[in-house]
Amino acid sequence: MPPRTMFEKIWDAHIVRDEPGEVPMLYIDRHLTHEATSPQAFAGLRERNLPVHRPETTIAVIDHNVPTTPGRRLVDVVDEPSVMCIETMEENARDFGVTLLDMNNEDQGIVHVVGPELGLSLPGMTVVCGDSHTSTHGALGIFAVGIGTSEVEHVLATQCLLQRKPKTMNIHIDGVLRPGVTAKDIALAVIGKLGTNVGTHHVIEFSGSAVRSLTIEGRMTLCNMAIEAGARAGMVAPDDVTIEYVRGRRFAPSGELFEQAAEQWKALATDPGARFDAEYHLAVDDLAPQVTWGTNPGMVVDVTGTIPDPAAESDPVARAGIEQALEYMGLEPGQRIQDVEVDTVFIGSCTNSRVEDLRMAAGYVAGRRVAANVRAIVVPGSMSVRRQAEEEGLADIFREAGFEWREAGCSMCIAMNGDRLSAGERCASTSNRNFEGRQGRGGQTHLVSPATAAATAVTGRFADVRAL
Amino acid sequence: MEKFITHDGVAVPLARTNVNTDDIIPARFLKSIRRTGFGKFLFANWRYLEDGHTPNPDFVLNEPGYEDASILVADENFGCGSSREHAPWALREYGFVCIIAPSFADIFYNNCFNSNILPITLASSQVATLLNSLRPGASTLHVDLPSQSVTTAEGHTFHFEIDPFNKNAAMEGLDNIGWSLSHKDEILAYEKARRQEAPWLFP
Ligand code: SF4
Repeated sequence: MPPRTMFEKIWDAHIVRDEPGEVPMLYIDRHLTHEATSPQAFAGLRERNLPVHRPETTIAVIDHNVPTTPGRRLVDVVDEPSVMCIETMEENARDFGVTLLDMNNEDQGIVHVVGPELGLSLPGMTVVCGDSHTSTHGALGIFAVGIGTSEVEHVLATQCLLQRKPKTMNIHIDGVLRPGVTAKDIALAVIGKLGTNVGTHHVIEFSGSAVRSLTIEGRMTLCNMAIEAGARAGMVAPDDVTIEYVRGRRFAPSGELFEQAAEQWKALATDPGARFDAEYHLAVDDLAPQVTWGTNPGMVVDVTGTIPDPAAESDPVARAGIEQALEYMGLEPGQRIQDVEVDTVFIGSCTNSRVEDLRMAAGYVAGRRVAANVRAIVVPGSMSVRRQAEEEGLADIFREAGFEWREAGCSMCIAMNGDRLSAGERCASTSNRNFEGRQGRGGQTHLVSPATAAATAVTGRFADVRAL
Repeated sequence: MEKFITHDGVAVPLARTNVNTDDIIPARFLKSIRRTGFGKFLFANWRYLEDGHTPNPDFVLNEPGYEDASILVADENFGCGSSREHAPWALREYGFVCIIAPSFADIFYNNCFNSNILPITLASSQVATLLNSLRPGASTLHVDLPSQSVTTAEGHTFHFEIDPFNKNAAMEGLDNIGWSLSHKDEILAYEKARRQEAPWLFP
């Protein structure tokens, strides 16, 4: 057999049917669902009078619409339609025999935090979810793709996805990160340099010494943002770090079965000599913390940089894009990023809400106070992360500094649950999308790492963590 | 699914790159357990003024002459962002049956076929020509799926490429789930073989 990439190995192992003139049928090992994009899919099954093909491998989570206020109950849910979404998820899980991590389940959390944390997402698997940031799971060496609701219905009914074979891309990231510079900064720099659609039709494998040195949590941050580069999926090859991460997790295999699986996982790495359809190289030794200034994640500069001038852009379409973004963001060309004041700091989302993210943020907060002009909130990615952060004393550090300490959910990443920005409110956010209105109509989002978010909370304006 | 063969309709130009699914339908309007009711929230943040219901006269969909638009001509990377199928549902319910752009985000592109919208990819220069030439009252296009072409009122014809499987499914109005279930024996055979190979996947 010719040398193959990691993606191709996983792809080949999951082909159910691939005939000329058809779209390949790919088997799906794990199906994660949530309340925001699944109701219509389950309704479709009812109409067709079909069961879920493998309910035991389908897991439902409630995360998008839940309140994050401590001690939350159903009456705290922001509005009637959200209650309807939550109750429908409960009913569908019950009727179709699907395990549900409900609002008050001790394992509840954001679907992309919970999947790896519980060992539901395992190396070598195919994983889908009706959610674009499913790419996150690729950090474990998984082909994980976000799908639409009709495809959710298709997977529920058949355990398969009709999927054209994507192209492959390798982004080599080499070097040693400076203290305070994180996987999030790498992700933003990659998108800033290569563009928001560099990955269209491709699966990106992240490789290189800088990626190898990342923890699994850092790799998840990187793969999470692969969708913001337009990719079908992001992946990192499993190594010993991956295997130790998975070992002992609740839904991971154990004993003999684990050892057998681990052998298979080790063989997944891309073979020497395998060809990719596209390759890019990036050195990160001198990478600075990144801050977005515009309305897509590719509009990003170093924290030491300034707001770009549209007049310097020769392409009229790109110039118009910069002008529109600056107008929406209320920023002036030439303004120094570190002079921009923020109203809100949000630490959370499936990009940066794992315990390592919270540890990093707490490191910049300990012994300091949130600036007087700032409201700052921390929303752990799962209830398990929340418990661990409490045990480690991180929650106390945040609370003493003046942060709100919340329960798990998507929260202000998507602003469906009541946590949101008002028009003109400026936010340093550890989430993944700075789109217009993403955190609330008229809200102005700047994407940053947890370290930069924490430092910004205490200084009240974008801060360079390296100088703190 | 509905069949798509040919379509004649008013095309409206949306000359912005990277239009994302939060632009197409903001998340606060996703809270429904049905597939319908999203059309009125299409492009809500652009289409309505601050009060949320007064039409914004500066937004192209609100310009006189585009009321009955059924073809959207857009720019690079249309539909990027979230996987929400509510985006094509909102476009379809508003009246769009066809979207023309130089490139689409992958998930959105697939979602269109499942939502009775035909996404058409044309070269950047051809889309630029359309974006520059469409005017209210003079913007009808003819879309012909069998011959894979778009023809302007002036008689210019642009050819487009489309995957034969997608083309056939759109022309026949095929249902993917029905098609896949017709191969259920192959799915079961795969599971049986895979269980031997990787028992840890079947606890
Ligand atoms: S945290 Fe944000 S990006 Fe992640 S799943 Fe929730 S809404 Fe989507």
